Amino acid sequence: MSEFVQFLMSGLTVGAVYALVALGFTLVYTASDVVNFAQGEFVMLGGMVTVFMAALGVPLPVAALIAVAAAVCVGLLLYWLAIAPSRGASPVTLIIITIGASILLRGAAQVLFDKQFHKLPSFSGDVPVNLLGAAVQPQSFWVIGGTALIVLLLYLFMERTVLGKALRATAANRLAARLVGINTTTVMTLAFGGSAAIGAIGGILVTPITLTSYDVGTLLALKGFAAAMLGGMGNPLGAVMGGILLGLLESFGAGYLSSTYKDGIAFVVILVVLVAMPQGLFGRRSVERV
Amino acid sequence: MAWLSDRRAATLLVFAVIIAALPLVFPSGYYYRVAALVFVSGFAAIGLNVLMGQAGQVSLGHAGFFGIGGYAVAIGPAHLGIAPWAATPIGAVLSAALAYVVGRPILRLKGHYLAIATLGFGMLVALVITTESRWTGGPDGMPVAKLVLFGWRATGASTWYWISGAVLLIGAWIALNLAETPTGRAFRALHDSEVAARVAGIDVARVKLQAFVVAAVYASLAGSLLAMMNGFINPDQAGFLHSVELVTMVVLGGLGSVAGAIVGAAVLVTLPQLLTVFQEYENVMLGLIIIVSMIFMRDGVVPTAARLLARRGQP
Repeated sequence: MSEFVQFLMSGLTVGAVYALVALGFTLVYTASDVVNFAQGEFVMLGGMVTVFMAALGVPLPVAALIAVAAAVCVGLLLYWLAIAPSRGASPVTLIIITIGASILLRGAAQVLFDKQFHKLPSFSGDVPVNLLGAAVQPQSFWVIGGTALIVLLLYLFMERTVLGKALRATAANRLAARLVGINTTTVMTLAFGGSAAIGAIGGILVTPITLTSYDVGTLLALKGFAAAMLGGMGNPLGAVMGGILLGLLESFGAGYLSSTYKDGIAFVVILVVLVAMPQGLFGRRSVERV
Repeated sequence: MAWLSDRRAATLLVFAVIIAALPLVFPSGYYYRVAALVFVSGFAAIGLNVLMGQAGQVSLGHAGFFGIGGYAVAIGPAHLGIAPWAATPIGAVLSAALAYVVGRPILRLKGHYLAIATLGFGMLVALVITTESRWTGGPDGMPVAKLVLFGWRATGASTWYWISGAVLLIGAWIALNLAETPTGRAFRALHDSEVAARVAGIDVARVKLQAFVVAAVYASLAGSLLAMMNGFINPDQAGFLHSVELVTMVVLGGLGSVAGAIVGAAVLVTLPQLLTVFQEYENVMLGLIIIVSMIFMRDGVVPTAARLLARRGQP
């Protein structure tokens, strides 16, 4: 039982981070049809900027705010300088542009910061909490709670605010949204900024547990993309469920089956799910118009 | 001289002349090696271009097949006593069989779903190669036996320059001709509209699978060639970043253009060599160049250049 809870909690923690990356993917994808492979770099930026600001003597909460602001700036620059000028390009071209951006950001981080691994102090100490016999790091609760809060805020934003409704309208049909007077450029700017902020917060929350370095973004982007697809692309709830499911699969797979094939288990499941359900677990069936 | 007006023959002739003439301007053996790397990558890119450019299906896991080809010539001689020349086709057959088995279910997926499925497949291949260290040497890689043909050992940068150059020409010739066969036309029909292709009586699933298998065999042969040329292989050859590199070559050069695949390979292989002068800013420059060239030449280098030339040609 204690072993089960242990795996469950570590799966939920990792899954929460995947969920945040997947949420960022989904936000950008619904607003602009772009699959942003630089999404993982926002997580990296969140962690790295906080670490280096804290090293300069900035208090941790302020350092975290600066990191989120920095990631948002990078997200907006990415949209204005690279995505907006290439409107109408094919999906593969756009994917390559975002991969180029991810190489650039990683290269810049390597020069600005360094190639070492870095750690942040846990937000509320390192004394493990006993939960049904399992020793859980207090930081895990920060990660899971923070993710839950972000999901809730995003939900309220989408459902209750005019801007959120504009975002949903743009996602449903960009041309129709523009016709009723929605400024789709504002919506896309918002999506890129928002996804960067979400990624950065994820990076800050998880760095005390998993450490961070200039190159953590690639694998996170892949896992986040996989989680978003698992849930069904373009579905925020699906993205969150996909992320958590992926985290749990990895954790239980590593615990009960094989730790060396941990990453493999996730991808095998994705292949199986996609073959059985080509639209993901929570995706709608799409109808191709001829 | 009617055959010269044929665009296929002209493309092949241009590349044959370039390959024959390049050594005249090479100041050192290092240039032979870089050029041979371009040829091998270009060969893999030509194959991937059949899948992406002609048939319009994306693969983000193609380095998996590249890795299988590479490890076939590494493991064959080292563990199973198979000669490198024999291990190369065995690797290609293995890749083709795997592409056939994996391709059947996943090629039903479309767009980003196909992208993540192929990505997952590539990750699995790389993971197996990294983990099964008893056979593959693990993350550190393993040495590859020299290629021996009828008692002649293929060594040295200039030897491999000619071998890979010849292989590249053959690969380009096959791909150019493939485009004009019924299969090639079926690929293009599929690319333009899957529904229309199906209505026209094309077995969409079979045609996609054919393109996938062709691309896998190209990648596998390129992987074998590179492994024998380097005399060494490591799991990075099968990794995600290499898959992305191959896709970037195809798109940067120009989707659907055989010449484009080679040009894309030339750009992506030589660029990092040139960018070493920027030292730690190497990756920043690489990312920047990829972004800028994709924004301003979104159809790829070769189609964009062709359009500019055509425009200038008009009075």
